[in-house]
Amino acid sequence: MSGVRMNYARPLDFKQGRVDMSHGSGGRAMLQLIEELFAAAFANQYLAQGNDGAVLPPSAGRLVMATDAHVVSPLFFPGGDIGCLAIHGTINDVAVMGAQPLWIAASFILEEGFPLGDLKRIVDSMAVAAREAGVAVVTGDTKVVEQGNADGVFITTTGVGVVAEGVLLSGDRARPGNAILVSGALGDHGMAIMSKRENLSFDAPIVSDTAALHGLIATLLATGADLRVLRDPTRGGLATTLNEIARQSGVGMLLEESAIPVKPVVAAACEFLGLDPLYVANEGKLVAVCAAADAERLIAAMRAHPLGRDAALIGTVHEDVHHFVQMKTSFGGRRIVDWLSGEQLPRIC
Amino acid sequence: MKYVDEFRDGEVAKGLAVAIAAEVKSSRNYSFMEFCGGHTHAISRYGVGDLLPANVRMVHGPGCPVCVLPIGRIDMAMRLALDRGVILCTYGDTLRVPASGGLSLLKAKAGVGNKRGDIRMVYSTLDVLKVARENPLREVVFFAIGFETTTPPTAAAIRQARQEGLKNFSVLCSHVLTPAAITHILESPEVGRYGTVLLDGFVGPAHVSTVIGTRPYENFAEQYRKPVVIAGFEPLDVMQAIRMLVRQVNEGRAEVENEFTRAVTRDGNLKAQTLVSEVFELRSSFEWRGLGEVPYSALQIRAGLAEFDAERRYHLTYVAVPDNSACECGAILRGVKKPQDCKIFGTVCTPENPMGSCMVSSEGACAAHYTYGRYKDFPVEVEQEVRA
Repeated sequence: MSGVRMNYARPLDFKQGRVDMSHGSGGRAMLQLIEELFAAAFANQYLAQGNDGAVLPPSAGRLVMATDAHVVSPLFFPGGDIGCLAIHGTINDVAVMGAQPLWIAASFILEEGFPLGDLKRIVDSMAVAAREAGVAVVTGDTKVVEQGNADGVFITTTGVGVVAEGVLLSGDRARPGNAILVSGALGDHGMAIMSKRENLSFDAPIVSDTAALHGLIATLLATGADLRVLRDPTRGGLATTLNEIARQSGVGMLLEESAIPVKPVVAAACEFLGLDPLYVANEGKLVAVCAAADAERLIAAMRAHPLGRDAALIGTVHEDVHHFVQMKTSFGGRRIVDWLSGEQLPRIC
Repeated sequence: MKYVDEFRDGEVAKGLAVAIAAEVKSSRNYSFMEFCGGHTHAISRYGVGDLLPANVRMVHGPGCPVCVLPIGRIDMAMRLALDRGVILCTYGDTLRVPASGGLSLLKAKAGVGNKRGDIRMVYSTLDVLKVARENPLREVVFFAIGFETTTPPTAAAIRQARQEGLKNFSVLCSHVLTPAAITHILESPEVGRYGTVLLDGFVGPAHVSTVIGTRPYENFAEQYRKPVVIAGFEPLDVMQAIRMLVRQVNEGRAEVENEFTRAVTRDGNLKAQTLVSEVFELRSSFEWRGLGEVPYSALQIRAGLAEFDAERRYHLTYVAVPDNSACECGAILRGVKKPQDCKIFGTVCTPENPMGSCMVSSEGACAAHYTYGRYKDFPVEVEQEVRA
């Protein structure tokens, strides 16, 4: 008898191993990566179909679909990593449309030489985030590019969810008189990343707020309040999100600076780096525009949820043909909170 | 936030506003120039103007480091990055300053034709030295800009590079001097000879004065009979300084006063001054955007350190390039015009597509007004209160 074992492959070396070009070539190495890593971590009946596409059951209601590419650097940061971020980000884009997120497709661009151990950490983190959120990663793709052509790992996720009858949320539904709410303190994610990049350390480190918001959103929808717009203020922060809504709805806004929650440590880090927390990214916060009469009820509902404890009413919507987002400063003056022009670059002096 | 919020307190601001209103004479107007972009930014961002009486006008001065950089200097940096293939390091806002041919360092970084500049944004000159050490086979040039505030760190980097024997590091020095610019404004025909621009006093530089002290302003306060109050960059500092200026004007005094005593002394930082004079010497003349050639208003690297001087090392020559003819940056930087007086303000010239340098940095008069205050140019008024 020969000692040859059928289809034997040495298990992936998650301690020392690295991604190489063969992991994206469509051969045995790729099959092994998919089976030992992705399929094992995401295990569900749709992925187990093993086809190029997942066949999903029919769903009652309108479908929402959203996609998000994740290129964060550093890949691991206080409070999370690119893996859970890729799940949360897409869930939130689906959820702010009022939908229950159900399925996710994930595609990976891996850089040759990337440690398999880090990849496993990232994929496991995605799997945990998806499981906690009750969504399934049902299909995916992996490509490997030569060293220098990517920054470790890029992950694109696409999510699909279902909106219940009667739920109608859209960026063009803000109306004069509406109230503007946020679910908590702003700028945590962006400053967690920036302070890691700039090696800023604080007594209490800044932790990313990355989280899936569909649970919080479901409790808000359950109140039956007149919710007009929901958004998660990610890249560009609160300022950008509000300017987008103001433009889409053709309205102006007036904010009260003293009502906008920002943690002292985040404000301090922004001060150091010459950044404005209103323009810094969040990954687990919600902006809501609602009928003024329902504002208090919604704030109470947010505060009762673990992800909305610091919720606040920060401003109102009014008529303005110029679609300005204005703010009363804590100092007592007034100014525009404008679109960001270019990147947020530090001032010099 | 500790140590900073105290200087942004709305209640204290209200009290100061009342005090200023009580002290101004209704029979006259007051025009003060805040020299620094840091003050311009604070005034716009916190809405300080809303708290001042109608007869107190703030004129934005030229103290924005990137705003006064002439096109020709940016072109020099551009040539180094694109034609000489150096790694060009500089501070954030500099990347967006318009150069010749509709270019900027930011665009050069993305690529121009088949060339692509290796241009890196740094927070500190220490970062530049690090880049030089990590890339021993590449030439690394620091495009050094700014007033007296950013000069000592550049001097320290050059000294450090000499001590380490770093052979691939040099500096394109575009450091400029504050007192020379203020004197130049006071000498300008609009302010001096014709008297068409009334300036009753200056809010003096904050960070610059931590280095040079208050002494350098004494001469022209006396000579030109203009009060100067050195003020910090927080909004309450600015308001307190305005109150002190109003008092001086009312009492007929023209002195140098120091509101920013928590950081500024009469002599300034002697150690930094010594370091700067070891490394730099006065340039006989330097072109400022908006002000033109101003004698003895900038620094160059001393001959003994020529190897660290990018201008000598790469035999660069300065070619002056006129500003866009419709751009009013010059008059705005001298306080003669307001951003809204410029035909291209907010139309062709916006922060996304700056034609003039005042639109580049949020410290520039045009960008500050565009970003924070342009709602005032429209008749729309909102007085709804936000319920807390």
